[in-house]
Amino acid sequence: MLTANRLRDGDVLYRKGSGWVLMLADADVYPDQASADAALAAATAETVRNEIIAPYLFEVREVNGKIVPVKEREIIRAAGPTVHPHTGKQAGQINA
Amino acid sequence: MTKLIKSGAYAQDVYAPVADDAALPDGPVLVSLARFHKDRDTLLARNTPVGIRLQSSENPEQLGQDVHHFALIALEFPKFRDGRAFSWARILRTRLGFTGEIRAVGDFLYDQVNYQHRVGFDAWEVPDNFTIEMFNRALTEMTNVYQPSADGKKTIRELRAAR
Amino acid sequence: MLNTLVKQVDPNMYRYDEFDAQFVGERVEQFAGQVARRLSGELTEDQFKPLRLMNGLYLQLHAYMLRVAVPYGTLSSKQMRKLAHIARTYDKDFGHFTTRTNLQFNWIKLVDVPAILRELADVEMHCIQTSGNCVRNVTADQFAGATDEEIEDPRPLAEIIRQWSSLHPEFVFLARKFKIAVGACEKDRAALLYHDMAVQIVKNAQGRIGYKVMAGGGMGRTPYIAHVMSEFVEREDILAYLEAVLRVYNQDSRRDNIHKQRIKILINAIGPEEMRKRVAREFDEIKRAGTLQLPQDELDRITAYFAPPKFETGLSDEMPEAGTDFANWVKTNVSKHRAPGYAIATITLKTPGQVPGDATSAQMDIIADLMDQFSVGEVRVTHEQNLVLPHVRKKDLPAIYAKLKELDFAAPNAGLITDIIACPGLDYCDLANARSIPIAQTIAKKFENLDRQHQIGELKIKISGCINACGHHHAGHIGILGVDKKGVEFYQLVLGGSGAEDASIGEIMGPGFGEHEIADAVERVVNVYIAQRKDGERFLDTYRRLGMAPFKDAAYEKAAA
Ligand code: SF4
Repeated sequence: MLTANRLRDGDVLYRKGSGWVLMLADADVYPDQASADAALAAATAETVRNEIIAPYLFEVREVNGKIVPVKEREIIRAAGPTVHPHTGKQAGQINA
Repeated sequence: MTKLIKSGAYAQDVYAPVADDAALPDGPVLVSLARFHKDRDTLLARNTPVGIRLQSSENPEQLGQDVHHFALIALEFPKFRDGRAFSWARILRTRLGFTGEIRAVGDFLYDQVNYQHRVGFDAWEVPDNFTIEMFNRALTEMTNVYQPSADGKKTIRELRAAR
Repeated sequence: MLNTLVKQVDPNMYRYDEFDAQFVGERVEQFAGQVARRLSGELTEDQFKPLRLMNGLYLQLHAYMLRVAVPYGTLSSKQMRKLAHIARTYDKDFGHFTTRTNLQFNWIKLVDVPAILRELADVEMHCIQTSGNCVRNVTADQFAGATDEEIEDPRPLAEIIRQWSSLHPEFVFLARKFKIAVGACEKDRAALLYHDMAVQIVKNAQGRIGYKVMAGGGMGRTPYIAHVMSEFVEREDILAYLEAVLRVYNQDSRRDNIHKQRIKILINAIGPEEMRKRVAREFDEIKRAGTLQLPQDELDRITAYFAPPKFETGLSDEMPEAGTDFANWVKTNVSKHRAPGYAIATITLKTPGQVPGDATSAQMDIIADLMDQFSVGEVRVTHEQNLVLPHVRKKDLPAIYAKLKELDFAAPNAGLITDIIACPGLDYCDLANARSIPIAQTIAKKFENLDRQHQIGELKIKISGCINACGHHHAGHIGILGVDKKGVEFYQLVLGGSGAEDASIGEIMGPGFGEHEIADAVERVVNVYIAQRKDGERFLDTYRRLGMAPFKDAAYEKAAA
């Protein structure tokens, strides 16, 4: 999958189609390296519009029918700090 | 394309940059340190101004007394994060007493111009879209300073004492 | 929110004059301009990044993080209330005190940063140089001005260094970051020897006060203990000397490998002797120019701001009685003050289960009230992520303790095994390999029993979520370093470090432990100490006597089973 941050407020974004969504669960999963690379190239080209920054790819896998990142880092990024469960996306806190 | 800013205005760059293996043209030239080492005597014997372009790893102190033969020393910023030239300019002005032109060349930002000015740069090779208005603004964003530097500007401590 | 019952007290600390105020104000507008240029696209992210870092703004795992400077750890109640207000208004209602004695906000929007900086400037605060490859916020002994161990208050010098290093034209694009700390006694509470440069106030054989300068300490990937650069620098020459060290560093440091660009690498590559020679040469030159001399009247002027408060006389020097809990708290969290009848009170932000260093805006507000009521409006932030009320009357301690209890900040554990340093780690930090905070919480819970903590005695656990070592793991009696093994968190144990006057670099034990094994491994290590210690030995002493082997055997024993 592909993630980035929104320039103006830093919010974590995920790629869906040619746009961005706030929740990992709503975003696109790329079935192969080629489509992932293409998405990253498109997003990187988009950074000149100064809306998003720091796009990069990360790996996910399917666990009990749910898409979960492979790395702990991305699990935490998608949810929010594990030590403050009342903050971040896990608590429904997103900047409009 | 680039332009030259000197004394607060666009200026003509009269120096011809000379590649290390090219023949020396007539008129003012700008050479590398390697070229200078190779052709020192010839270069010093010319009666047109000679400039030297130093890379950020080249300490101007190694020029010794030759430093005063140069009319221009161009200090290169290979990338704007490399801040060594700030010290080189300061040493040229304060320690070596160099009074010729010190020119900033290479990759530097608007936001660094004021620092460069403070440590002794007095000429800037800037991109075409860099206006004189921007240049003047860069120098006036911060009115006062805490440190003495090559610009001789009164420090906040001195201003306090003078109150 | 100012509690109407509490009158705001202005402590004796540095106050901006019109020049400082203008300087910070213009710097705020300059940065606001940089933000605007970034939003408009005039600056690329690549160009903006070093500029935003120079003003303490990071992009972290979830959002932007803004680091506010708390120069030499000193805060007034007014400033504390402003931090609470910013947490409430622009963030998620809490902030995090760091090992650099700064305060971090974790959820800041780029577009709000200019407004926040203006609010900070209103209370004489800023974010200047809290990150980036420049001279960082200067730290100092948290007991400055309150302890009788010091030669003099180190904060006037720290303030002079703060001013000199603020937007220093020669040194804002150094090869890497540069951290300076100042201390004034043999006891080192500020981890001086782990700094890029440290100044210790000393007296020479003639009884004259001057400065000992050390350089080249640091944590990170390659930890080093600082070398002495000069045993004695005269007062008026100190800025010239510091400038000489920085100039040699700026000129001679490598620029080709980000991991080898700190001053510690330079000094250890050329050797301390050669470094001293190069510095001495620069120092002579700078001195000859004569413009950096620090006149006595300027030192006096700055020192006057930090004049000790008027201590009441005739107070009883007896510690009041207020029950066992209070007595336990006094045992660890109250230290000797220079004035009779007074004490220094440490507030550990480390009640087992808490996030080390975190405080909510409500807690900050109440601490501000405590500061006004009991500590002449002043608090200190420590590199161990605690707060200190520097000047309290002993007779007020029971009332302070009661209030801290309500806040859940009354843990009687300063210096004990549950007083753990932990960096933000993978819960927040973009560079992290593993989480730090949950490990700190688990260990603190495991050793929650107070009798056991006292039985163990002084033991400093320090946890970093990656090799950058913001959690000072190299300097922990027990250090813990988070590593990443194919996306899974692992933790290495590092034993025998110290960040105090007996500084040492901890030794890595071996392969890491899993997230659920590390606390047990720590317990087994501690048990070896309990079993083997001799009278009066701290954990560190026993480790130094026995070496790694017995601890290592114990730590891996069960892990293997
Ligand atoms: S030690 Fe590493 S994980 Fe921890 S705060 Fe520093 S950079 Fe982040």
